[in-house]
Amino acid sequence: MRGLAVFISDIRNCKSKEAEIKRINKELANIRSKFKGDKALDGYSKKKYVCKLLFIFLLGHDIDFGHMEAVNLLSSNKYTEKQIGYLFISVLVNSNSELIRLINNAIKNDLSSRNPTFMCLALHCIANVGSREMAEAFAGEIPRILVAGDTMDSVKQSAALCLLRLYKTSPDLVLMGEWTSRVVHLLNDQHMGVVTAAISLITCLSQKNPDEFKTCVSLAVSRLSRIVSSASTDLQDYTYYFVPAPWLSCKLLRLLQCYPPPEDGAVKGRLVECLETILNKAQEPPKSKKVQHSNAKNAILFEAISLIIHYDSEPNLLVRACNQLGQFLQHRETNLRYLALESMCTLASSEFSHEAVKTHIETVINALKTERDVSVRQRAADLLYAMCDRSNAKQIVAEMLSYLETADYSIREEMVLKVAILAEKYAVDYSWYVDTILNLIRIAGDYVSEEVWYRVIQIVINRDDVQGYAAKTVFEALQAPACHENMVKVGGYILGEFGNLIAGDPRSSPLVQFNLLHSKFHLCSVPTRALLLSAYIKFINLFPETKSTIQEVLRSDSQIRNSDVELQQRAVEYLKLSSIASTDVLATVLEEMPPFPERESSILAKLKKKKGPGAVSVNELEEGKREGGELNGGGERGGDSSAIASTPSPSADLLGLRAGPPVTAAAPSAGSLLVDVFSEAGVNDDGFLRFVCKNNGVLFENQLLQIGIKSEYRQNLGRMYLFYGNKTSVQFVTFTTTVTCPGDTLVLEPLIEGGAQVQQVINIECLTDFSDAPLLNIKFRYGGALQNLTLKLPVTINKFFQPTEMASHDFFQRWKQLSLPQQEAQKIFKANHAMDTEVLKAKLLGLGMALLENVDPNPENFVCAGVIQTKAQQVGSLLRLEPNAQAQMYRLTVRSSKDTVSKRLCELLAEQF
Amino acid sequence: MIGGLFIYNHKGEVLISRVYRDDIGRNAVDAFRVNVIHARQQVRSPVTNIARTSFFHVKRSNIWLAAVTKQNVNAAMVFEFLYKMCDVMTAYFGKISEENIKNNFVLIYELLDEILDFGYPQNSETGALKTFITQQGIKGQHQTKEEQSQITSQVTGQIGWRREGIKYRRNELFLDVLESVNLLMSPQGQVLSAHVSGRVVMKSYLSGMPECKFGMNDKIVIDKQGKGGTTDEPGKSGKQSIAIDDCTFHQCVRLSKFDSERSISFIPPDGEYELMRYRTTKDIILPFRVIPLVREVGRTKLEVKVVIKSNFKPSLLAQKIEVRIPTPLNTSGVQVICMKGKAKYKASENAIVWKIKRMAGMKESQISAEIELLPTNDKKKWARPPISMKFQVPFAPSGLKVRYLKVFESKLNYSDHDVIKWVRYIGRSGIYETRC
Repeated sequence: MRGLAVFISDIRNCKSKEAEIKRINKELANIRSKFKGDKALDGYSKKKYVCKLLFIFLLGHDIDFGHMEAVNLLSSNKYTEKQIGYLFISVLVNSNSELIRLINNAIKNDLSSRNPTFMCLALHCIANVGSREMAEAFAGEIPRILVAGDTMDSVKQSAALCLLRLYKTSPDLVLMGEWTSRVVHLLNDQHMGVVTAAISLITCLSQKNPDEFKTCVSLAVSRLSRIVSSASTDLQDYTYYFVPAPWLSCKLLRLLQCYPPPEDGAVKGRLVECLETILNKAQEPPKSKKVQHSNAKNAILFEAISLIIHYDSEPNLLVRACNQLGQFLQHRETNLRYLALESMCTLASSEFSHEAVKTHIETVINALKTERDVSVRQRAADLLYAMCDRSNAKQIVAEMLSYLETADYSIREEMVLKVAILAEKYAVDYSWYVDTILNLIRIAGDYVSEEVWYRVIQIVINRDDVQGYAAKTVFEALQAPACHENMVKVGGYILGEFGNLIAGDPRSSPLVQFNLLHSKFHLCSVPTRALLLSAYIKFINLFPETKSTIQEVLRSDSQIRNSDVELQQRAVEYLKLSSIASTDVLATVLEEMPPFPERESSILAKLKKKKGPGAVSVNELEEGKREGGELNGGGERGGDSSAIASTPSPSADLLGLRAGPPVTAAAPSAGSLLVDVFSEAGVNDDGFLRFVCKNNGVLFENQLLQIGIKSEYRQNLGRMYLFYGNKTSVQFVTFTTTVTCPGDTLVLEPLIEGGAQVQQVINIECLTDFSDAPLLNIKFRYGGALQNLTLKLPVTINKFFQPTEMASHDFFQRWKQLSLPQQEAQKIFKANHAMDTEVLKAKLLGLGMALLENVDPNPENFVCAGVIQTKAQQVGSLLRLEPNAQAQMYRLTVRSSKDTVSKRLCELLAEQF
Repeated sequence: MIGGLFIYNHKGEVLISRVYRDDIGRNAVDAFRVNVIHARQQVRSPVTNIARTSFFHVKRSNIWLAAVTKQNVNAAMVFEFLYKMCDVMTAYFGKISEENIKNNFVLIYELLDEILDFGYPQNSETGALKTFITQQGIKGQHQTKEEQSQITSQVTGQIGWRREGIKYRRNELFLDVLESVNLLMSPQGQVLSAHVSGRVVMKSYLSGMPECKFGMNDKIVIDKQGKGGTTDEPGKSGKQSIAIDDCTFHQCVRLSKFDSERSISFIPPDGEYELMRYRTTKDIILPFRVIPLVREVGRTKLEVKVVIKSNFKPSLLAQKIEVRIPTPLNTSGVQVICMKGKAKYKASENAIVWKIKRMAGMKESQISAEIELLPTNDKKKWARPPISMKFQVPFAPSGLKVRYLKVFESKLNYSDHDVIKWVRYIGRSGIYETRC
């Protein structure tokens, strides 16, 4: 096509954009006049002009004609003309064109022709366009071509890939069903090309419905073993630089990674043999010096190693894989080193190969120090983190710390977090831990987040044995002329709490300590200054001899008239406190901080947050799994916490990583940082008790979720509406709730209404009296983390009260009738709230009993009567509440026909007043 | 202030790069190339803002001149400077072309050093520059101390644009009134917008330090005279005078005198310079009228008929007339018939171009064309761009007339009468378009 060549060279020779546009306009006009011309164009010129149009389009100009001519080319019998026609259509025709019917028709003709090249062209066009319309028109046809016995191999290849493309764009239209088994059997095809194409299709399909394609495992294994065991000359065309069929092998290995290890012993044996052969081959001297040879070989090897890691069941193979990777760690190729480090990271989490990975620690540390590429260094750091355990923690942490001084800025923060976590997780000796973290702050203070130093303080406060050492160490650290603000914070806090422990030494006498801290005061930001002020007031308590000095400081204008409200307020209040309060009061107010409750390490949560949900390293997930709890880390510090560890663990669990017994994880109400001490059952009781005397309100609320409640009761039946409100902007996934009753006393029928899962109705029937409330368990996923929540539903026995009105003498008559000692329950307790008659009345009415006026001779006292309706029986109850305003005490007496009821009512009510 | 100045060829290769301020980095050169010269869409705006850096560009044939700044500068000043720079370069080495720039790059850097200092424009008067920046290389050895000090005193003195001691045997003066007339007209012949922008360009070859006075039929001046002096022929003078909307002067004009007396008096620079620039929008004489007639016959055919009428004195001749009739983008063939001149369909420009060499006033000419169209599946309707026209006429369409130009030189003995004066009017088309 000379004309085309001339045109292209003209365009290339254009001096400027304007000249190019002129040339193109001229050519377009020429083509228009040719297409318009009266005499019909022959195939050759049509092809030429369509080609030119295509070229102009690819230069970035709009083409709005010539489609018809291109479609005409499709029906030509010449290969080149057909090819150009298809090319034009796959590039330029948009799906809503009117021509689509004509095009589909032409494609259909080609598909049904016996000419394999034409069939291939048509298939390529379908795959290239890949639109929904194409899928609709041909999704039924292509599988037939794919499995037909008489189809040429090359066409089968194209058909498989075409089907894959259609499946990816519109999976709902490609229905395999009847073809499934025959597609799977393509793995047995004679032609390697067909197998390679088919395996891509099968991998994609089996990810969607693994069960249907289960049979492919054994076929894949046998195919793999045939390739692996073949000599390099067997597969002639498919041998690439002495490696037999590398692409096919990789794809087979990847397909196998979609499935668990084969259960059939023979198949498994064969597979293990294959994997061993691959590992053996890696040891052989290379057959060629060419880089392609080693690339192909290593591709298969890495894929095999991923499969071994995926199975995680063959200790022998895992260790061999690890050794193989160990060799790569020192390879010349940077890419290989990177891949080796990456694979090792996953290997480190397997229990079989963890030890083997650890043997390479020296090499990895060396890589961390000497590697030139920052991404490889990052991997090395990851691997060090993954391979760390109690035995090598000290070494690894020391190395990471020393590396931190020269580390790349992009990875510093992550490194700091990792060091902090490792130090905490594997600390045997807490003085070592304190040293490490203080070092960390000294080296990379800017990158130490708040969480890290919070954590040090928590730990120091919780462990008595380390407090003295910590105080000494911070005191020494603070003596450096320039120290980081975080160091000052830690120092201020610790000296404020435990400065007395080192005060005996004249070098660190109280005044020296104070002066040291105060010398840093002016260099710090406002929050740190506030913290230091608190430390000063603690000093006054610890060392009365410093009182005058500190009062002087507090009284100075720069404190008491500070422009910052917080600082000013602290200064004023502390000054007053120190001058007015007696030593006893001071000692009480400024008592040593109580130990913090154990909880999930906030640092770990931070690391997870940094990596984003879902990117939590395998190691941590494994850790979570092994310890039988779920990681509640949605990212909010203090929002989710775990109960105190109850699983037997080798040492005290610092991280709070281990959740308690599966059910007990719960969240405290609205973001209180320190108030996450749970009731003995680990179930949230606060909400529960509030509902004894009322039926509607908010049962539970945290950062994620709010649960509202509305309930009504009649006789022994009740209905409860639960309203779940999502407080985040993200969807909760797999939100499920289950209600369980202790014993059979209540019948609950949870009904989940609507798809929105906002409202849930629970029907309640009281069969007999009970004391344990039903439990509501809620599970959902938020940002990848599983949230688990157990709440007591506020269903109590008093809800089924029927009020009974009676006169004074009736009451006392019944009161006397219920005089057996077990029928009466009495409790004397202190008032929790103000003793307001109206409030008390409202509460008693809310209880469900009738409040009887003018019954008791003492008007201060309250008496009530009611009948509890259960299905089995009715329990009459009488109640008498005697407030004593002077002592702020109540005496509560409950009498009922059943002893358990009296007791339970008494328990419930005792918490209410 | 201007941070730097770059000159590119059509490919975007940098020919001249001069950075005056540190806030302009090397990457600014590439930013302009990538975002303007090589932009996918043609960049129409002369000011481009890329990453908080402003690029002001002008294009001369294939050459791009771009001034760069990070500050909030007076854009008009920058463009004025760029135009001045073009003038200076033209005065030194003729046409601004890639080859000329490459051949004179030392000179250009020298000029840039002189006319722009730390981004502040300096003396850019060609005449003055030529005294100390020469194309013959360094002349330092030949220049005497006296001459050097003279240059200094001239450049820093009150009359920086003219040196003393100029002598001509014949004192001559050329004055050109150059105007370009812009028009946008509706198909029905209604004027939508019209204005004339004109320039008065002088070439003076006068001895000594002459004082000149220029007079034209400015409405304000004429009215003043009519009021203050005799009241004869008020109608005539009112008709003859023109209203100038705005004007700018060469630095040699005494502005204080213009403000107070509305008289234009000055000591002219030697050689060629632009005395003033002005703009008028009222009572414009439109030299040509274009009457289009477009008829769509079905989906595949279009008939176009265009009539042009000349609208000035029959004794005058318009020259270089060119009418450009745009054709639709799916044109597949064109037949043209015209009575006068030559007409041709230019596919590369998507237009029919009709050229007439000469045409006298009060005449009429006509072209008709049949355009065949290729049916496309594109639903977009043809936008019908306006028909544009180019021409040149020997009068000023604004109506401006030179009333006098007086020369006084008291020290040398020649008077106003001895000076030979030439006046010429040229009216050209600017953007002269009629919608169809």
